[in-house]
Amino acid sequence: MTVVTLNGEPRELHEPATVEAAVLAAGAPDGRGVAVAVDGEVVPRGEWATTEISDGQQVEVLHAVQGGS
Amino acid sequence: MAAFEMAGRALESRLILGTGGFRNLRVMAEAARASGAELATVAMRRVDPSARGSLVEVLEEAGLEVLPNTAGCFTAREAVTTARLAREALGTDWVKLEVIGDDRTLLPDPAELLVAAEELVADGFTVLPYTNDDPILARRLEDAGCAAVMPLGSPIGSGMGINNPYNLRLIVEQARVPVILDAGVGTASDAALAMEAGCDGVLLASAISRAADPVAMARAMRKAVEAGYEAREAGRIPRRLYARASSPEEGRAELPTRDSAELPTRDSADLPTRDPADLPAGDPAEHAPPTALEREAERARSGS
Repeated sequence: MTVVTLNGEPRELHEPATVEAAVLAAGAPDGRGVAVAVDGEVVPRGEWATTEISDGQQVEVLHAVQGGS
Repeated sequence: MAAFEMAGRALESRLILGTGGFRNLRVMAEAARASGAELATVAMRRVDPSARGSLVEVLEEAGLEVLPNTAGCFTAREAVTTARLAREALGTDWVKLEVIGDDRTLLPDPAELLVAAEELVADGFTVLPYTNDDPILARRLEDAGCAAVMPLGSPIGSGMGINNPYNLRLIVEQARVPVILDAGVGTASDAALAMEAGCDGVLLASAISRAADPVAMARAMRKAVEAGYEAREAGRIPRRLYARASSPEEGRAELPTRDSAELPTRDSADLPTRDPADLPAGDPAEHAPPTALEREAERARSGS
């Protein structure tokens, strides 16, 4: 198990703890319209399946919501 | 209304819609259609598994393209990362750059804003910065390579309209990129005023989304932006203190002026005169340099 902070909450991910697994765990099953930052660095979609996250890393999974003055 | 160009792209509508504040996606989509806007801002936030309906799909169905913003960012670093995340999520390198200084006013932080703009331009973004109504900052942002400058009329969501029309005029006068009034619009006349002052477009959300009838207000804003633009192009008449007769003086009949001689007469010569320079400085248009049409009309009047 890898324990990461996923969208502000502690979360256990099964090995291999890839970005793709984190996106699924965050509740974005198809990953469309979603972007991910690990410790503040953007991980391009093409690298989700191969990028592993380690213990204690901060993962942010974002999408577009209503907003703007 | 003529199209305008921003970052090499022709836009038919001069109204850009912010999507914040709508009760639900259905009202937003209806208002978006009624506004005629082609671009709609969206914010980037954490995925919420319980959220229903895809904002981006709803906007695209209504014929609008998304323009991600960096709302909620307080530092250049956060804003740059947010823009990169938006590019990755939405496949656009356009960004409405917002870096705010505090929660209470939501006013831009000029120092952080400029740093973020420089970084994002260097990274290939088309940067549309939400900025203070400061002509010098606007120039610095333009020099940094921003594709437009978007000065506020007044604080976000305040509905106070254009607080400093003189600064707005200075920004418009010097800008070589489109100027979009962003934030503060409360009602249709504010949007019309911005266009009359020379803005290329208006970006607004709350004025529509928080109106009692958002769809009706969206229609009103569309007309206001068009009316303001067309009025500006048409060339307004100069302001005058005194009336100017619009019917000919010549050919007036000689008619009895009154039934009895009891009423006192008053001639305009009896009235106190006032220097036009004493006029209250209400509207910037008053101090505007004359337009080509006004100069022509002046020449015709003076018979030269």
